[in-house]
Amino acid sequence: MTTLTLGLDFVLIWTIILGVGVFFYVLLDGFDLGVGILFGLAPDTASRNLAMNSIAPIWDGNETWLVLGSMGLLAAFPVAFAIIMPAVYFPISVMVLSLIFRGVAFEFRYRDSEHRSLWDHGFNYGSLLATFAQGIVLGAFVQGFRTDGYVFTGSSLDCFTPFSVLVGVCLVFGYALLGAGWLVLKTDGRMQSWARALGRWAFLGVCVAILLVSIWTSIAFPDIRSRWFSWPDIALLTPVPIVTAVVAWLEWRTLNRADSEAGPFIGAVALFALSYLGIGISLFPYVVPHRLTLWQAAANPSAQVFLLIGTLFLLPVILMYTGYSYWVFRGKVRTDVGYH
Amino acid sequence: MRLDPLILSRLQFAWVIGWHILLPAFTIGLASFIAAMEGAHIITGREVLFRISSFWIKIFSVAFGMGVVSGIVMPFQFGTNWSRYSADTANILAPLFAYEGIVAFFLEAAFLGVLLFGRKLVPRWAHFVAALMVALGTLFSAFWILSANSWMQTPQGYTIVDGRFFAVDWLAVVFNPSFPYRFAHTVCASYITTGFVVLSVGAWLMRKGQFAEEGRLMFSITLWLLLLLVPLQIFLGDQHGLNTLEYQPAKLAAIEGDFRTETPTRLNLFAIPDQNAATDRFDIAIPQLGSIILTHSWNGTVKGLDQFPRQDWPTVIFPFFAFRIMVGVGLLMLALVIWANWMRRGGRLFRSAHLLRLFEFTAPLGFIAVIAGWVTTETGRQPWTVYGLLRTVDSVSPSLTGWDVLVSLLGYIIAYAVIFPSGWIVMSRIVRRGPEVMVAEDEEVESGRPGHPITELPALRTGAETQ
Repeated sequence: MTTLTLGLDFVLIWTIILGVGVFFYVLLDGFDLGVGILFGLAPDTASRNLAMNSIAPIWDGNETWLVLGSMGLLAAFPVAFAIIMPAVYFPISVMVLSLIFRGVAFEFRYRDSEHRSLWDHGFNYGSLLATFAQGIVLGAFVQGFRTDGYVFTGSSLDCFTPFSVLVGVCLVFGYALLGAGWLVLKTDGRMQSWARALGRWAFLGVCVAILLVSIWTSIAFPDIRSRWFSWPDIALLTPVPIVTAVVAWLEWRTLNRADSEAGPFIGAVALFALSYLGIGISLFPYVVPHRLTLWQAAANPSAQVFLLIGTLFLLPVILMYTGYSYWVFRGKVRTDVGYH
Repeated sequence: MRLDPLILSRLQFAWVIGWHILLPAFTIGLASFIAAMEGAHIITGREVLFRISSFWIKIFSVAFGMGVVSGIVMPFQFGTNWSRYSADTANILAPLFAYEGIVAFFLEAAFLGVLLFGRKLVPRWAHFVAALMVALGTLFSAFWILSANSWMQTPQGYTIVDGRFFAVDWLAVVFNPSFPYRFAHTVCASYITTGFVVLSVGAWLMRKGQFAEEGRLMFSITLWLLLLLVPLQIFLGDQHGLNTLEYQPAKLAAIEGDFRTETPTRLNLFAIPDQNAATDRFDIAIPQLGSIILTHSWNGTVKGLDQFPRQDWPTVIFPFFAFRIMVGVGLLMLALVIWANWMRRGGRLFRSAHLLRLFEFTAPLGFIAVIAGWVTTETGRQPWTVYGLLRTVDSVSPSLTGWDVLVSLLGYIIAYAVIFPSGWIVMSRIVRRGPEVMVAEDEEVESGRPGHPITELPALRTGAETQ
């Protein structure tokens, strides 16, 4: 198998695949989890139905990225997987349990209408908790884990720190902003104005959170601080926060325009992309931050190549089809289509 | 009391996969059944086949959705509770798991949507192709996950460096010795499980009378299929057992309850295995039958557990009893299927209210056998996660405390105790409504997904006209 490697750096290829895959997950499940978060604030049954309809055909495809992401991490960076997963034991358990409740709610709230309020709450709190738990995972990931070689040596409660809780809250606002952008895109009239108003609140939350997390990170983690503030990196990286500020300003403007349609969603996606880039810059080349680099945690080339063969064939097809199904369901959701 | 994270992690894994496995056991068979009905409908043009297919697609949709969400739990279990197993085996098993996920995704994204709510958007042949691809997709998923499972039972094609497994021959890894048998036995089990659910629903529809035509046809077709599948499964099970004898002799000895090596070997029908005393109590055995079944010779020797060190023994009662439940249910199925087919003579089959009433209760049979078979093979593999190479005790995440796992286990127990009965209620509701009503209600779209994603399409208007 090693003869097959031809001097290609498979670690880098898998980093790109996983990086893109995780970003896809965050965006796609992000907006439908966000719709689930806003769902609890919806004024009446009709708008709750509409919110649900807007994501019904695509949520399960979105969630499958999570399985691909976790299996991809295990396959490409097994050591990282084996350190990170037990370290975030509780947030991961809470996340999958929340996703179960939220997932079955789609079918159950229509076929088991006596218990509709149970499934409505399951959908709402499931979305909220899954998001918060993902934020805890991200926060714990950035702050790092106690390890000895390739083994996590901390406790299952290490991941709950003020920092990770802050990141959790940050992600709730972030997904809510994505969800609001999605609803502005997919609905009109009263529902759209409602989504826009909530979007503004979510946006303010996101701005405060991004600011707090950035400051906290640069104070608490010297290696990340030196990445951003040492010469010549600072010259190369200064555009990132500047562009982020400009995008934030544009997002605020479009959220305040009564005729905005796609703007709020695109702006939210851009903010996520920039934050994601920021995290990537802060942590590269670590896959277990402050401890193990991508190359140290990587699987051996034989396993990476074996999986790459199928992935390179199937992933483009999956991407094309995903794009196609979004195209099929384009346009506004209507009250006369979907659930009743 | 000291809580053992190992035992609790095993309980948790057993709990989440035990529930999860019920769904693929059902949907693998159901996907093929739906594809067969769609195909038969295109060939014969009979509308009743179309109604049967549409009816089961509704149930498939719920079962598949539950399979997806309970399946998301599984990969995370490996990381959270079995991190050392993950780290040591990832270079071999992770690509297999990942292929399972990617194939499932491929089918999910590409064809499930068309199958579930594309009825009026695409021509019938395209809908049939979607059904066929979904069925194929479930089989490919089973292929990869069972390949990984089989490798843990009968590892080959690997080398061990610094305590971690690396592949040297991927073909040998994927097609390891127990894989062909396990794959055939599991897929057949899934078909039979679905078959008995269909029989049960068909019998109920017939007795109720309103959809007797649909009920009678699905019952009759399935009964013929099972006349082939149940004996085939018994044959496959026998072959699988011989494979276990060759590659996992200690597991087989536990299944048979053979603590001592005997020539010729008897067959224990029943016993209370006493692991500490290394003997069977209250045993009822048939002399020589063990030799005949397992070595296919009159005086063959089957190794007993006394040939293996004690620390390599599985806990005998689990595989011993689970195996007997599986075989018992299998024989009951065989008797039911032969009897019902016999009743076809003179048309007594559909006139016998007693028979139909009895078959209404056959739906759980396949699930019981599947769970029992799974318990047999997984507890029989103990005390190893990778047979003979990696111990279960060395596989668990070192950082976990008993309380950690107790809390998460309680969470999973409560969640599944809500979700699965609700899923059951939802599916029985679909059954109670019957086939025809469901087709008419398509216009009202009360399913979990929008029925007509593109409202402008003329297909919608045609759909409305059929009301």
